[in-house]
Amino acid sequence: MNLLWDWLSDPANWDGPYGIPVRVVEHLGYSAVTLVLAALIGIPLGLWIGHTGRGRVLVVNLVNGMRSVPTLGLLFVAVLVVGPLLGGDIAFLVPSIFVLVVLAVPPILAGAYAGVEGVDPGARDAARGMGMRPAEVLVRVEVPCAMPLIFSGLRSAALQVVATATLAASVSLGGLGRFLIDGQAYRDYGQMAGGALLVAALAMLVDLVFAGVQRLVVSPGLSPVRATRRDRRRQPTGVLDAAVAHQT
Amino acid sequence: MISFTDVTKVYPGGTTAVGGLSLVAPTGKITVLVGPSGCGKTTSLRMINRMIEPTSGTIEIDGRDTATLDPNELRRGIGYVIQSGGLFPHRTILDNVATVPLLLGWSRTRSRQVAAELLERVGLAPELGKRYPNQLSGGQQQRVGVARALAADPPVMLMDEPFSAVDPVVREQLQDEFLRLQAELGKTIVFVTHDIDEAIKLGDQVAVLRVGGVLVQLASPAKLLADPHDDFVADFLGRDRGYRGLAFAAAPELPLRDEPVVLLGSPVADGARIAAGDRWVLVVDEARSPLGWAEPEVLTGVIDRHHLHRGGTVARLGGSLRAALDAALSSPSRRGVLVDDDGSLVGTVRAQDVLAAIERRPEGAPA
Repeated sequence: MNLLWDWLSDPANWDGPYGIPVRVVEHLGYSAVTLVLAALIGIPLGLWIGHTGRGRVLVVNLVNGMRSVPTLGLLFVAVLVVGPLLGGDIAFLVPSIFVLVVLAVPPILAGAYAGVEGVDPGARDAARGMGMRPAEVLVRVEVPCAMPLIFSGLRSAALQVVATATLAASVSLGGLGRFLIDGQAYRDYGQMAGGALLVAALAMLVDLVFAGVQRLVVSPGLSPVRATRRDRRRQPTGVLDAAVAHQT
Repeated sequence: MISFTDVTKVYPGGTTAVGGLSLVAPTGKITVLVGPSGCGKTTSLRMINRMIEPTSGTIEIDGRDTATLDPNELRRGIGYVIQSGGLFPHRTILDNVATVPLLLGWSRTRSRQVAAELLERVGLAPELGKRYPNQLSGGQQQRVGVARALAADPPVMLMDEPFSAVDPVVREQLQDEFLRLQAELGKTIVFVTHDIDEAIKLGDQVAVLRVGGVLVQLASPAKLLADPHDDFVADFLGRDRGYRGLAFAAAPELPLRDEPVVLLGSPVADGARIAAGDRWVLVVDEARSPLGWAEPEVLTGVIDRHHLHRGGTVARLGGSLRAALDAALSSPSRRGVLVDDDGSLVGTVRAQDVLAAIERRPEGAPA
């Protein structure tokens, strides 16, 4: 405890090109790039599968399969395969981001898919019956109604990515993982504990930011607290929902 | 006018949902499709706005073959109400109702203004417009569903069991308001239900379908009750057909009797004097609206509201034979109370006189 406090309160650790603020920014950078890429892949794919009902089996297997991929192992393989083709930091950055994206896509995909699939069939039927084209049904009804679960997928992905982005340091990159790797190398347990604490704090902070955005973006009509009468939205159940819940 | 010409729907796998249906839903009238589950009534309805494509046959709306129209354009011109309401949970009530106007490219201001007017029209308070569907009762949600279907003032409305998910009291309310609304609007309506009583109450004409989508009988409710085509229709209609049929028979001139009345709040002694030896006396308010029957012999003091026997129903002069007969049958004095359109007393009628009027109808007449 003392070691941890000494390390955190040492002004030297908060300054310079290897200080905590720089590492936090690096860490957030990796996480942000990863989440944007994963969302660009996972959300459209999930919406499409949920809307058309095609490829459900793919989602189930992908989500469960991806969770059993050893992240660190995949990172080393990726560095070995991709690294020689690129030069400098890029040779490590690309594989790191790739591995993190692989980690982040399944919860985002599952959230978007389950969200769209769980939309009240009556609302969807009414939307078609009033003359909305398929794209309008998706954009005006399905996506807004799926928002709570899209966010739940994004938030669990964000938590995982922020926590796992530490492994970038194991292939010589920056981020908060540096404190863990370096601390272990120098047997500086204060630094290790401090790094771990910062990662946890950052993860929670990111989740808090997402929660705030969610409150702004998701319609109050979808919040279950205000559902005083019977809740009209069918709650998605089954393996995907379990997957999302498990990863949160 | 919506006309089905030899329309069939066969699903892959060979199930025939609708088999060679031909019928006409006249302009400005309510046509009810009724039948047991699996009779293809919902499928038939959904083929009108092409939510389901017919396997063969043609459906025309005012002479235009729906198959030649763009399905989305077609649907924007047809009101659509479904059982579950199908409201959009993420939109306020007002924006739900404004859906079709917005799809048609009306301005937001105008769409919302029309939506607000419609909420009032279906009997919802304006402040409900700001709420979300999950804050409304089932009955309120159905009203919003109807308002939403009416928003762009479509000439045709399709209604798929719109009132079956609410409790019986609310259902009856919604049905009555629906009829009142239709009397004002005169839409061409196709209405699906599995409830024969609802069909008889709401339909200008009723189409009874059998499993496999076969039309067994298309007739007015009165004709249906008086002359079911076969055992299937007769069974489906159920009991008391003769009595229920009287609801569609306008009462002819009935021999009315003057009824002595006493004003609410009069001394019981006045009541006894006016009753002149009769056990029951009719109590009215200042506007001569009947309030109930009182029994002066067992009362003391002044005639008060809680003294009144309220078992008797009240029939409107010029209403149906059923209402007149029921007024007589339910009255403790055996004298059925008749009122005019303003609700004030015109006289009383006895069951035997109503029965005589029923007997005088031509034999075999449906209505």
